[in-house]
Amino acid sequence: MLRIEGLVKQYRTGDRALKSVDLEVPGGQVMALIGPSGAGKSTLIRCVNRLVEPTSGRIQLGELELTTLGSRALRRARRRMGMIFQEYALVERLTVMENVLSGRLGYVGFWRSFARRFPQSDVDEAFRLLSRVGLDHMVDKRADELSGGQRQRVGIARALIQDPELLLVDEPTASLDPKTSRQIMRLVTELCEERGLAAIINIHDVMLAQMFSKRVVGLQLGEIVYDGPPEGLTAEVLTTIYGEEDWSATIRNVDEDEDGVEAPDDAHAGAASARHPAAPAREEDVVGGM
Amino acid sequence: MPAPARVWRKPPFIKDPRLRWGLWLAAGVYLAFALGTLEVNWNRVADGIPRGQRFLASFFPPDFASRWAEILDGIYESLWMTVTSTVVGIALSIPVGLGAARNLSPLPVYLLCRAIVALSRTFPEIILAIFFVKLFGFGPFAGFLALSVATVGFYAKLLAEDIEDMDPDQAEAVRVTGASWFQWLNYAVQPQVMPRMVGLGLYRFDINFRESAVVGIVGGGGIGATLLTAFDRYEFDSAAAILLVIIGIVMAVEYSSGWIRRQVQ
Repeated sequence: MLRIEGLVKQYRTGDRALKSVDLEVPGGQVMALIGPSGAGKSTLIRCVNRLVEPTSGRIQLGELELTTLGSRALRRARRRMGMIFQEYALVERLTVMENVLSGRLGYVGFWRSFARRFPQSDVDEAFRLLSRVGLDHMVDKRADELSGGQRQRVGIARALIQDPELLLVDEPTASLDPKTSRQIMRLVTELCEERGLAAIINIHDVMLAQMFSKRVVGLQLGEIVYDGPPEGLTAEVLTTIYGEEDWSATIRNVDEDEDGVEAPDDAHAGAASARHPAAPAREEDVVGGM
Repeated sequence: MPAPARVWRKPPFIKDPRLRWGLWLAAGVYLAFALGTLEVNWNRVADGIPRGQRFLASFFPPDFASRWAEILDGIYESLWMTVTSTVVGIALSIPVGLGAARNLSPLPVYLLCRAIVALSRTFPEIILAIFFVKLFGFGPFAGFLALSVATVGFYAKLLAEDIEDMDPDQAEAVRVTGASWFQWLNYAVQPQVMPRMVGLGLYRFDINFRESAVVGIVGGGGIGATLLTAFDRYEFDSAAAILLVIIGIVMAVEYSSGWIRRQVQ
């Protein structure tokens, strides 16, 4: 469904963020992309929807080659890809409903959107999605009145109302506490399953990646160094991705969590994620301190 | 034996001590010379004080009654000038401001719009008013044009700067939905800049009203013209009334704009 071949991104500063990445994501697959900060995870998914212009390589969504699209065709293609952001990226002074409906902007004309008169079917779908993510009582609240977890739920609804085939998810839990992180990851993966969506989820929390996806891809300095099932993430593999560290706690915790998904033990999750040496521990530290 | 205490001082802003003290010295010497060349003739100051007292005394009591019709006409004209020039100025500022925001516009458009802003900011309202009075003759139309042009320089610059300071994540999030450029402006840019722009619009209204009194003095119509006439006729009591009316209106605008700004946050 999504096929990336020989993707290179070199920034103007000369940094090669991606060095010839090949990656294929079949329809309906939820894939976790792990790796330390600066590995190029964010650059990779931003190349797909061209928030970042790739230097070279090919990216195909279905039959459509994305890297050569003109602005009009790009807008059309972007409707097929929903994006979820680390800091939620809701428009803070708009209401929850306006934020969700902004996901339909690619489908409606300017004056309709300007007058906030979206087609009834869009409004129905927005209400349905908001109730699915548990926020139908907050329709007219302004986005800046919501908590982090609630904002991310609105972000998810905004991405889904586009009726996409692919979700690009950039560190969805990095600003959330451990419990909310799991709830959000569970919601994203459930919704992907319900709708048969493919997803690339950037995440630096290895445990969450293992818990919620069947395929994990490890990126290190712009190259894919691991591509396989979550069980394959051994201490050696994690060392290749992140560097030398005592990984035993992370791996052991994964085993415990396999049974504990229903009643997640959040203290463990927090402790374990703080152990990732190369990953920026700042968000977890903030959470841990609260 | 305890370790000797380690001394710490805030590092100076200018590292080189010669440069640091040299700058202080240069500033001091210049100030001394500047004060030295300022010739104060204390005799003239002494003569001026009672004259000033007489002048101020002639303002009292302010006379609202005898020229009330003219005052009212002047105020109406000034308000008309203020409202129209603020509205027209802001309307013209929006495209210029969008063009002058580096994160929205390509370089040629950016440079052009910045040039427009710089040009209209170069001339103060009074110079613009003299210019337009020469072009179009006496009257409020010249004042209206002067204030409109001045509003563009002020408002477009601040709009562009506010757009450049907006949160890029929110803008990206709306862009990736496939929104068109105008939809993106309406959903991502406008909500972010709107409250500040409403506040600045009211502030500009306030400035335009005060400036309408100034442009009137050079022939741009409005309450300034009435004020000038009062001075020319040595009707200082009427002039005092006019000044009090201006102060009253400026204060009313000031308080109401503060209140409105709090409402739109």
